[in-house]
Amino acid sequence: MTVLDTTPSLALVIAVGVLCGTGVYLLLERPLTRVLLGFVLIGNGVNLMLVVAGGRAGAPPIVGNSPASERMSDPLAQAMVLTSIVITLALTAFVLAMAYRSWQMHGHDEVADDVEDRRVARHAALNAPAFEDADAAETGETLDEEAADVFDDVDDDEDETQGAR
Amino acid sequence: MLPVLLLTFLLALMAPALVSWLGRRAFWVLAIGPAAATGYALANTSRVLAGDLPVSRTAWVPGLQLSIDLRLDLLAWFMLLVVGGVGALVLVYCSAYFARDALGTGRFAAIFTAFAGAMVGLVTSDDLLMLFVFWELTTVFSYLLIGHYADRKASRRAAMQAIVVTTAGGLAMLVGLIVLGVGTGTWRISEVVADPPTGTPAVVAAVCLLAGAATKSALIPFHFWLPAAMAAPTPVSAYLHAAAMVKAGVYLVARFAPSLSDLPVWRWLVVVLGGGTLLLGGYRALRQHDLKLVLAFGTVSQLGLIILLLGSGERALALAGLALLGAHAMFKAALFLVVGGIDVATGTRDLRKLSGLWRTMPFTTAAGLLATASMIGFPPFAGYVAKEAALEGLWHDVTHGGDALATATLLTVAAGSALTVAYGLRFAWGAFGTKRSVAPQVTVPTPVRRQPWLLVGPPLALALMGLVLALTPGVGERLLAPYADLYPKGDPGHLVLWGGFTPVLAVTVLVLLGGAAMFWGRARVERLQDALWSPRGADVVYRRTMRRLDDVAADVTAATQRGSLPVYLGIILVVLAVAPGAIIASGLAGGTTVPVEVVPWDEPAQLAVVLIIAASAVLAARARRRLKAVLLVGVAGYANAALFLLHGAPDLALTQVLCETVTLVVMVLVLRRMPPYFTDRPLAASRWLRLFLAVVTGLVMMGLTIAAPLARVATPISVDFPSEAVEFGGGKNIVNVTLVDIRAWDTVGEISVLLVAATGVASLVFLRQRNAEALRLSSGDDVPPDTFTRRVWLAAVSTVAPERRSVMFEVVTRVIFHVMILFALFLLFSGHNAPGGGFAAGLVAGIALTVRYLAGGRYELAEALPVHPGLLLGTGLFLSAGVGLASLVSGHDVLESFIVDLHVPVIGTVHLVTSLFFDIGVMLVVVGLVLDLLRALGAELDRQGDLSRRELEQAGEGAR
Repeated sequence: MTVLDTTPSLALVIAVGVLCGTGVYLLLERPLTRVLLGFVLIGNGVNLMLVVAGGRAGAPPIVGNSPASERMSDPLAQAMVLTSIVITLALTAFVLAMAYRSWQMHGHDEVADDVEDRRVARHAALNAPAFEDADAAETGETLDEEAADVFDDVDDDEDETQGAR
Repeated sequence: MLPVLLLTFLLALMAPALVSWLGRRAFWVLAIGPAAATGYALANTSRVLAGDLPVSRTAWVPGLQLSIDLRLDLLAWFMLLVVGGVGALVLVYCSAYFARDALGTGRFAAIFTAFAGAMVGLVTSDDLLMLFVFWELTTVFSYLLIGHYADRKASRRAAMQAIVVTTAGGLAMLVGLIVLGVGTGTWRISEVVADPPTGTPAVVAAVCLLAGAATKSALIPFHFWLPAAMAAPTPVSAYLHAAAMVKAGVYLVARFAPSLSDLPVWRWLVVVLGGGTLLLGGYRALRQHDLKLVLAFGTVSQLGLIILLLGSGERALALAGLALLGAHAMFKAALFLVVGGIDVATGTRDLRKLSGLWRTMPFTTAAGLLATASMIGFPPFAGYVAKEAALEGLWHDVTHGGDALATATLLTVAAGSALTVAYGLRFAWGAFGTKRSVAPQVTVPTPVRRQPWLLVGPPLALALMGLVLALTPGVGERLLAPYADLYPKGDPGHLVLWGGFTPVLAVTVLVLLGGAAMFWGRARVERLQDALWSPRGADVVYRRTMRRLDDVAADVTAATQRGSLPVYLGIILVVLAVAPGAIIASGLAGGTTVPVEVVPWDEPAQLAVVLIIAASAVLAARARRRLKAVLLVGVAGYANAALFLLHGAPDLALTQVLCETVTLVVMVLVLRRMPPYFTDRPLAASRWLRLFLAVVTGLVMMGLTIAAPLARVATPISVDFPSEAVEFGGGKNIVNVTLVDIRAWDTVGEISVLLVAATGVASLVFLRQRNAEALRLSSGDDVPPDTFTRRVWLAAVSTVAPERRSVMFEVVTRVIFHVMILFALFLLFSGHNAPGGGFAAGLVAGIALTVRYLAGGRYELAEALPVHPGLLLGTGLFLSAGVGLASLVSGHDVLESFIVDLHVPVIGTVHLVTSLFFDIGVMLVVVGLVLDLLRALGAELDRQGDLSRRELEQAGEGAR
């Protein structure tokens, strides 16, 4: 039976710390492969943390596998972590494909700064519009004066038979 | 009521098809929608008058207390007549107005009809939030209709301005509605009105509601959008910007005035906004040359007057306001339609270019003059009856102890009415009169084309209605007085044609004479207006505000969107370090509710594994060689699996080992195509910053890892999992039962993610043909002939270059492939009671395929499993979700499992749980994922590599 004994073990806590720390260090790098490795390390760390949050080590959560007196580890945390492991695999593959694509297109897999964002920032500093917008340009006329020049696509059929004047 | 509403929206949906089928005649069919609304209102007249109100209540989102509550009280009945009647007539008018081959008629018809539906919903809604929904729908449809000619700049700009202004007001109104709903504890409008809130909530609600009404009904200082909206097609101006949408604000005021008009802030706002708008609109209408703009500013002016009357809180004025609302809908819609007719006939709306139309367009002129007479309050028209009642009520206020505000109101209304007379006459003269400036000889009027009856009939009908209804003022009073009597103050008013020789009659005569004088001396008035300041500040302020807003948005974007991934991630991590970090630090410093305690280890072996993890993680972070880093991370992953095993989680350990293997293989497959070393980067100061952030994050995560388990004080929900797993899930492996039964929804979500990721990988790698055929031997272009005819194991191995082949590996592959597949099946079937399950089984099968691929090259993959991975992924997801649906269909909860014990001869008793099929689905998805990865990151990369190598060689030969 699961009995809640949650005192964490220092060894595991250190493992979480090291995995997350090194993971973060790699995550802040430029090459996408290193970012990905950092992500994998963080993933491992967080999975471990979830397991620790489930309580202390115990017997495998399989009914009848160990004597009833022995404490069982928390199956819920394990089920969640199992899901997380497989998703990490899928995500790893996806980022890897992205890194490969980036290498294929640019010859490297470095995450470059977004040129468009930089351009927007430059224009904002100058208080200039970042894109051409003819609709926002001032025409010197008020909008109601402009409205007077809009005419509808109306019926100008001369041969309308049923007519009145 | 609901069927009428649905009918109109249904017609709107069908409109494009109808237009392409029937052409312009489709408008006749569409007119059925608003006409049905009018018919419904008329059919229920006696019930509404008797107080037996038709009500329709349909729950929509009970959790949000959102329901489609419709209620036809007298005000709704009246609005429904206006909205439906004018809507039907304008739709009929449209059928002759637009050119046969005009572009976008289908879209126009759909939006216009949908707008009519939204309006019907708006006026009949008895739910505060539904009122808002319909309100915003009218805003959106109005935006689309104003911008109907999207290729014209003026239309686009006017549409944008209208939606920005009205939406801003609508949001303010939403605040007001929520304050009302929360303040009274009910969202039903009838109950809110019956028992309104008091104090501060009432004041907030009043101000917010009036802000909504002011933007919608174009009161100052938001009036400027309405004249600009004249860029819309003329039928839109006639319906939305005269009869329907701008009346939504009026409706709102009329709806809440009985309960909120006691507040001083309400009264002041109504008088100032309404009176100011009345004067400003009239003043500016005098100066316009475009007939539509004359009418638009006139509408602004009249809306101010109607709000002033309906918001006053007095019965007599409210009755006058309701009468004016109806009269205005009739005469203003008629006048817009008349202008549309003139536009069609002459091609211009400029009153300086028109002349002598009274002779060439007699019926149109008749309609225009009748409507103008009603507009300027000339007896015996509807406008006259309404204004007479208004002046009577105001005069009564002034003479019966009214304050200065009452006197000012009377003077404002009189002055505004005089302005109305002046611009009304100017309109009639401008549209139909003979002007020497245009035609020097009086006998030559502006040339006109023939006029179809459909362009003359609707305005004539509306104008005549204004006369007929006015001739029987008692009927109007009997119909409208019950609502006006709901107002809190004052004596009931009366609608009469002749009130005797009273001071009010003198005021009316003065108004008419004053207006006529202003028209007579129009040249002098125009000169005076030119000399005076012209009040067009509001739209300049609006545009300046919008420009400033753009600047601020750009600055915010520039400040937050740095375009650098490390900066974004860094910010996220800093937040992670600071927010929980500060709490943990304060807990350490100030003491915690539970004692902080740790044990050194659960098992001594953990310590050794942790050392391995720490060493490999740190080395991986320092590695400059790709492969080294990848392998070190793999070591950390395997070590993690050992920790899981020591923790008592065999399933996790198994999955981790298998996943790590697949990850490692896939990574190596990709890395062989990429440069061996990471790009060298100079040592920068940012590296120390990164290191610092890494250390801090690590420490915070350690703190969280200690805090999270210690903070658990409640009984965990998994405490009953063991017994539930056996009893309901039919399995002993609790983790597996959790995945496929207890929390099966999570798993369905997860395998969907796998499917998406696999598709993403494939689309990133397969550039040209995403659903490429599997690379079979029979289709390969670099396959030696006859290879595929030999039925041998590892048939494709002959396509691998000799120097890459390994006999040892091929032999091992032959031996272990079947064993691995068998093991996968074992894991699948035993997973319910022992470590294993669908995930592990799929991964093992995937690794078996990987081995085949590594030994036999890219053609071997398709020979081993000649199925498209998409098929596996789809089938798997279908199977897993299908099991859930099957139990739903059989009347149980989704994904509920059943336990069947079968007695099979020879084998014995088989303990079959239906969640096995769920697990099979999971396995298929995982196999599909691995196959997709191998196909994309393995086989396709091989092919691309071979291609580029061949191209290189060819280029080399060409150079020689």
